[in-house]
Amino acid sequence: MAKVFIYPATSLILSDLVARFGHKPLGAALGIRERIQTAGVDSPPLQITPEEPKRGLKYAAVEVPSGVRGRMAIYGPLIEEAEAAIIVNDADLAFGCMGCARTNELILFTLRQSGIPILELDYPGDEEEGVRFVAAVRKFLDGLPEEVEA
Amino acid sequence: MSRKVRIAQLSCGSEYSGVQNEIYRAAEAVDAEVFFPDIALADVERAVDAFGLDVRSADLKLMIGRGMALVEGKVDADAVFIGTCFRCAEAAIVRNELRRYIHENSRLPVVSYSFTERTTAGTLLTRMEALTTIARRRALLAREAQTGITMGIDSGSSTTKAAVMKDNEIIGTGWLPTTEVIKSAEGVVAQALEMAGLVREDIQAIGTTGYGRFLVGRHFGADLVQEELTVNSKGAVYLADHQRGASTVIDIGGMDNKAISVIDGIPGTFTMGGICAGASGRFLEMTAKRLGVDITELGPLAMKGLSKNVPMNSYCIVFGTQSLVNALAAGSSREDVAAAACHSVAEQVFEQQLQEIDIKEPVIMVGGTSLIEGLVHAMGDLLQVKVVVPPHSQYIGAVGSALLASGFIEGE
Repeated sequence: MAKVFIYPATSLILSDLVARFGHKPLGAALGIRERIQTAGVDSPPLQITPEEPKRGLKYAAVEVPSGVRGRMAIYGPLIEEAEAAIIVNDADLAFGCMGCARTNELILFTLRQSGIPILELDYPGDEEEGVRFVAAVRKFLDGLPEEVEA
Repeated sequence: MSRKVRIAQLSCGSEYSGVQNEIYRAAEAVDAEVFFPDIALADVERAVDAFGLDVRSADLKLMIGRGMALVEGKVDADAVFIGTCFRCAEAAIVRNELRRYIHENSRLPVVSYSFTERTTAGTLLTRMEALTTIARRRALLAREAQTGITMGIDSGSSTTKAAVMKDNEIIGTGWLPTTEVIKSAEGVVAQALEMAGLVREDIQAIGTTGYGRFLVGRHFGADLVQEELTVNSKGAVYLADHQRGASTVIDIGGMDNKAISVIDGIPGTFTMGGICAGASGRFLEMTAKRLGVDITELGPLAMKGLSKNVPMNSYCIVFGTQSLVNALAAGSSREDVAAAACHSVAEQVFEQQLQEIDIKEPVIMVGGTSLIEGLVHAMGDLLQVKVVVPPHSQYIGAVGSALLASGFIEGE
């Protein structure tokens, strides 16, 4: 079972796909609801304190906005832990999304720099593409080792 | 107990910056509640298309959707707080355009702020208080004439001022540097009463404002204790005799500065800077001290100089002052140095505060620094307008408080 970072990290569908095909998804355990009454589309399930943006300094310099550093304090360690990643580009808001485009750029760059196996897909636009999307995810996950050597 | 004022929060990054609790705390302190306008996910993209600002961050799209829902009346609110991360360019564009859109298309008071993880409830308190004042006291803020005998006390960070008013006339004033808050207030009250030829018992209502407003308000049993954003707006348009229509009020204080877009004497949008002392009256005080002149002499001195003759490497109160000292050592005239200091403060306020509000004439400068002629001149140059400095502009908070306090004589 490999640890697979998912992007968007809030996507329950992607999280479910990874778990279904026998691996451990690394992402935010928060669903996107039909209505949004929280501060952001990816409001954190845990209470973030001003300490998080400071911890985020490990991943981004002090001139980077505090919201980016706060997010990186959550996602940075997950990326370090990840053994593989699935990236879905241009996903629909309802599929799962992250609130800050600058953080997204940094997460994707960090993933690509990490050297782990990555599957990058565009968000499917119709059913046919959806079927191909799921097949590609399955093929990628099947190709990951059951046990990753430390 | 009055109904809580409902402040709609439009923000990006407040939770991940760890400051959401601080926003809640600031609102609670002024008996307001912050809420996030409930909006359907499906409406977000539609709103972004309609607004026409193509941003990439989903939370900024959400801000636009929520802002449009407020303007269209789909969500009820009394006021709007717009907050985004400091140093985020994409967010700054949205914050500014949304602020302008809401201001132009609704009567909702708006304050915008860019936060860091260091933002605290204390920093936000005056802004939240002003939002709730505008929502709660619209009728009081509409008052255009002072009646009876009232007194206003402005307990500022640098100076304490008092004004006694009778039947719409200022009949007594007092001014002292703020040392011990109560002692300074007692001093200015005594001065103002003496000038007015009155005693404390003659005063029918008292209003307080400024940093020490709560303490001074309790001490004098004030009828009105109100933050300086709304009080100074009111005082400015009253003294400038421009109570109707649009105006812009600039108040560069001893510790912070305020820029307020006013309509009919009530703030519509406002910003308050307090991060850098280089953009405050303190910088000018330090310059005056270094030049060996009284602060009252700095303005006339600056008027005789040319700011461009002195290279300023920084707005900072430490490094900026160093530039001034270097210039003096290199042979620059005291006049040029005084002008450069005024230009530096004006330019920083122009760049950091005045970009967050819409400048509409008349531009009224108030507060003690408005007496520094060189500063007013520098601000006028930057804005390309003739800046109005009304009579008694240094007593703006005290006069505004006395004016509004008269509403309490009649039981308003």
